[in-house]
Amino acid sequence: MPINIIVCAKQVMDPETPVSAFKVDREAKRVVPATGIPPVVNGFDENAVEAALRLKEKAGGGKITILSLGKSFVNDVIKKPLAMGGDELVLLQEDAFEGLDAFTTVQALVAAIKKIGQYDLILCGRQASDYDQAHVPHGIGEMLGLPVISMAANLEVKDGAIHVERKLPDGYEVLEAPMPAVVSVSNELTPVRLPNLRGIMAASRKQPTVWKAADVGLEASALRSGLELLDLFIPVSEKVCEFIDGENDEDKGRKLALRLREAKLI
Amino acid sequence: MAQGILAIGELNEDSSLASVTGEVLAVARKLAGATGAQVSLVLLGKNASQRTKEAIALGADKVWVSEAEVLHENQIEAHLAALAQVCKAADPQVIVAGKSLFGRDLAPRLAFRLRVPLMQDCIDVNTDPATKRVVAVRPVYGGNANARVASPVDPQFVCVRPKIFEALPPNPSRRGEVVQAPVSVDASVVKVKRVRRVKEEATGVKLEDARVVVSVGRGIGGPENLPPFQDLAKALGAALGASRPVCDAGWLDHSFQVGLTGKTIAPEIYLTWAISGASQHLAGCSAAKNIVAVNRDPNANIFKEAKYGVVGDWKKVLPSFTATVKELVGS
Repeated sequence: MPINIIVCAKQVMDPETPVSAFKVDREAKRVVPATGIPPVVNGFDENAVEAALRLKEKAGGGKITILSLGKSFVNDVIKKPLAMGGDELVLLQEDAFEGLDAFTTVQALVAAIKKIGQYDLILCGRQASDYDQAHVPHGIGEMLGLPVISMAANLEVKDGAIHVERKLPDGYEVLEAPMPAVVSVSNELTPVRLPNLRGIMAASRKQPTVWKAADVGLEASALRSGLELLDLFIPVSEKVCEFIDGENDEDKGRKLALRLREAKLI
Repeated sequence: MAQGILAIGELNEDSSLASVTGEVLAVARKLAGATGAQVSLVLLGKNASQRTKEAIALGADKVWVSEAEVLHENQIEAHLAALAQVCKAADPQVIVAGKSLFGRDLAPRLAFRLRVPLMQDCIDVNTDPATKRVVAVRPVYGGNANARVASPVDPQFVCVRPKIFEALPPNPSRRGEVVQAPVSVDASVVKVKRVRRVKEEATGVKLEDARVVVSVGRGIGGPENLPPFQDLAKALGAALGASRPVCDAGWLDHSFQVGLTGKTIAPEIYLTWAISGASQHLAGCSAAKNIVAVNRDPNANIFKEAKYGVVGDWKKVLPSFTATVKELVGS
């Protein structure tokens, strides 16, 4: 049975951006992109793409549609899921999407998902590395009235239902839901394949479908975040580190142990 | 008109009160302190009514309970349906939930079901003295920045990061009211079913509860270098932890991972080796009382959070450190 999957993927600032290059424009209440560091596809969303590819391979066919929302995209970046093997790319693009919070993002994504129409599964990464909210998949499920399973480490279709393995602090569980369903995928679903040359060539020939807010029945000027952002700031640590010195590294190791004993920590 | 604060409690599998319950009650009381609002707690599940005294001692003025059978397991769809009914009956101005394993799925879904935005993963929660509305601080960009947010609509829904807020000391003389929650949940709402659950016996000290944690980063080079750290952990009676790259590389299972997408821990001593201290990692250990860091790079971010630090090569620091620890603790 072929399987149709929508994967929500977000273009984010590279989370590996060194702390020293991370800057905030407090006035505008937004993060200043570090110069020279290109954005990336959110890491967990790549796990979700990988999950979709595995399910499609197992099913022997189907279609994987990548859905992304944003103000602007870097073509080579947002096409990566296509280069990995995705079939189509839908970009929901509007200036008003910048800085929009999960509450309103979900409503826009849901409108686009309804327009895409046919799907057996909606996959998302477990959370985005910019706002770290981990609630877009939950919101999509709630707004569409679909079952939601989070944090998938493995997925499998069995008798028309989706089986999801999730890690627990003391082991794991397998949950089952009827399809269509929404599943968020965790970084435990590895390895994530790298695009090969053929995939990159195929992706370069594909043109994304671009929808404006109005194309999915939303009014761009009416889009507002659900939450009010009052302030965005870099936290300042007040801790002062006591560095243990010594003649050499061996000596420092010994002195560190003695210092911790003196402080009654060990 | 919406009024009062509704905290969402949680029961463990053995029907004991989950620790996050004390934390959400403490947050609710803090918010109530500014406005004089009533704090209610909703407690759903098997033997919930046996836990109401404890909940009142921890700060609840009123406890909504239901022991309906469909709620006995922490099945999310059943709990969501019930909580939506309780929220409708209680009509709170503020809802406080905790981002426990269960809460991290429950809170966002309940918020969307109530069609209100959620202040997720908050590390600080206050009442604006002028507007009397909730103002919450939540880390974003992996903890590189903090956002201060507010919700313009009621109920203002806050979900707090676990182990950041301390439960209030129980006060057995506190008085409170217990009411049956008006819950009617049909078993047909349950769409997600558990096929199996496998418990894996953890060996050694449990990471979440450990007083001392020895944690390793990508800089240790490879899984072949783990034994001396395991040896140190054993000597200290400590649990072993790791950064995400170590787990993603498969050197250790993801159950060892500390950080934003791993475990949140609050040990007395967090001893890190060759961990650079990315914000995403610090998010999981910022509640540690004492961070001790060994790293070759004097500018490593971990030293900004550490109380004690050694700039050096772990290969040379570790043997003498472990040997001295063994002498000191007499093993």
